[in-house]
Amino acid sequence: MTTVYKKSKGLTDVEMHFCPGCTHGTIHKLVAEVLVELDVLDRSVGVVPVGCSALSYDYFNCDMQQASHGRAPAVATGIKRVNPDLVTWTYQGDGDLASIGTAEIIHAAHRGEKITTIFVNNAIYGMTGGQMAPTTLIGQKTTTSPLGRTVEHSGMPLRVSEMLATIDGAKFVERVSVDTPANIRKTKKAIKKAFELQISGEGFGIVEILSTCPTNWGLTPVDAIKWLQDNMIEYYPLGNLRTPEEAK
Amino acid sequence: MAKGKVMFNVDICKGCELCVLACPVDIITMDDSMINKNGFHPATVKEMDKCIACGNCAITCPDSVISVERI
Amino acid sequence: MAKVLMKGNEAIAEAAIRGGCKYFFGYPITPQNELPEYMSRELPKNDGVFLQAESEVAAINMVYGAAGAGGRVMTSSSSPGIALKQEGITYIAGANLPCVIVNIVRGGPGLGGIQPAQSDYFQSVKGGGNGDYSMPVFAPANLQEMVDIMMEAFDIADYYRNPVMVIGDGMIGQMMEPIEFNKPEPRELPVKDWITNGTKGERKPNIINSLFLDAQDLEDHNLEAVTKYEAMRANETRVEVFNMENPEIVLTAYGTTSRICKNAIMALKEEGIEVGLIRPITIWPFPDQAFEDIPESAKGILVVEMSQGQMIEDVKIANNGRLPIGFHGRSGGMIPDPKDIIAKVKEMIGGAK
Repeated sequence: MTTVYKKSKGLTDVEMHFCPGCTHGTIHKLVAEVLVELDVLDRSVGVVPVGCSALSYDYFNCDMQQASHGRAPAVATGIKRVNPDLVTWTYQGDGDLASIGTAEIIHAAHRGEKITTIFVNNAIYGMTGGQMAPTTLIGQKTTTSPLGRTVEHSGMPLRVSEMLATIDGAKFVERVSVDTPANIRKTKKAIKKAFELQISGEGFGIVEILSTCPTNWGLTPVDAIKWLQDNMIEYYPLGNLRTPEEAK
Repeated sequence: MAKGKVMFNVDICKGCELCVLACPVDIITMDDSMINKNGFHPATVKEMDKCIACGNCAITCPDSVISVERI
Repeated sequence: MAKVLMKGNEAIAEAAIRGGCKYFFGYPITPQNELPEYMSRELPKNDGVFLQAESEVAAINMVYGAAGAGGRVMTSSSSPGIALKQEGITYIAGANLPCVIVNIVRGGPGLGGIQPAQSDYFQSVKGGGNGDYSMPVFAPANLQEMVDIMMEAFDIADYYRNPVMVIGDGMIGQMMEPIEFNKPEPRELPVKDWITNGTKGERKPNIINSLFLDAQDLEDHNLEAVTKYEAMRANETRVEVFNMENPEIVLTAYGTTSRICKNAIMALKEEGIEVGLIRPITIWPFPDQAFEDIPESAKGILVVEMSQGQMIEDVKIANNGRLPIGFHGRSGGMIPDPKDIIAKVKEMIGGAK
């Protein structure tokens, strides 16, 4: 008997509070597995945001800091500048990163901070009950766009990866999805590449991960996966937008 | 002959059914005969002999409920 | 040691470096820019790291991260920039992190002016950020005192695992005075075993956090903090009393305003009128005892501030209804004139008769 899969040592025993079928849990596993496989868990520090993953300081088996809304890249900058040997990463939702935190993520990328950002994009504010986010799609109904988002009122949704890929310091920018096992495996590869970039000292990496929010989308977890596939991937194309080789 | 063995940490399953979606041989079902401590019907496999040990279910499960071994 | 003539903001930075500051995160704002500029030149020479952040908000969050990772870290700004930092400061307080924050105060509210002011008293000592928290706030009156405090501030922050604020104003920031860098009394500092420096497989993860969703947990967390604040009240309160043997009127002022008050006191002395001064050096903890100790000769207290009246509220609390309280204030960057203070003193004495 060989083990094909078991729970990562990078995760604690604390039961995750996420809603049933929320892809935060899936993404947490991938980050934990990568840190263990790269053998950096015991010298890493994660920075969690305000959002559904605000409590994730209890889920990872490494040092953690909880940051104010949107500011995780600044907190990570402080950590990394004090101790460049620490593998420092942020884990942020789309409200945290693409709304209140746009300055901090742009400037961390711009300065080429050697940190890794895991950006969970589910096109909505989860923790606060389903408000519109900068990433909410046109026509998508949320509690603050009850008739559906319109361009006239709120503009087109924000494509963060495309925006960051224009910044020289952003050495690795990739958008992935966790809607199928194949895509989950690709997501893990991208996360690993982004961390390897930090470890080799090359610079800033971000992985944008299309994710679901069944509760606030008003769908079952399985239907939410389908909604992601039918609606999000077309607007947020998957793929690598920047690699260190291109960056040179 | 089964290639794989799947084990479920039944107590922490949230009944999301993403594993059911992920399984390529469609052998995962939700166990209607029981409710776990969190009030969900947990996932289960009744036809283990069809398991191909691909690990898709385990990779997908957001709560690390599933472990998979290859025989 | 020989005295050196240094410009205020630069002396503050040099004192911070000598006091053990290794990390500075800040943002340009008048009238404190010489401080980050000095840090950008000198910190790297002293094994330190300077980083100009994208905003004051980002800077205070870098301070949070750095402090959590074990760094001796500071930021500096001026009034509107300190307003931006308030969320970061309450997070730092809530997470029990040490750091030093320097505010070179300018006129407000809003964008205000760039001239000296004392209108950030409320902002500094009455929260500023949300929640129950306090931090020692030092208000030096001259550059030497500022330098002495800066050299101690990082130890005080580490001792309590708390933010420490030092406020000056544009006068202290811009003036040149002869100063010495004297090593302060060392404190025994606890080991930083709580920092996020990597578990190394040897310990459980350390978590830097101010979130406690369980109500009892949050109350317990707050009660623990209160024990810190009580210790600060007991040990860190600083005040200067001047000419307080038998004053008719007691002036109360802090920072550079106190120097103007001393001028008024000396002028009144020549006229045979004895006026004393209570000068809080910490505006938190506030030196209540000095007010309780005011001699029976006193007929009133005159609070002088470069504001519309903020410290006066704490004076009223400390006075506890005992003596009448008057106020003289200038704002917008207008500097109080000793003549006006003298006139007000006489008016209060006349009224008291």
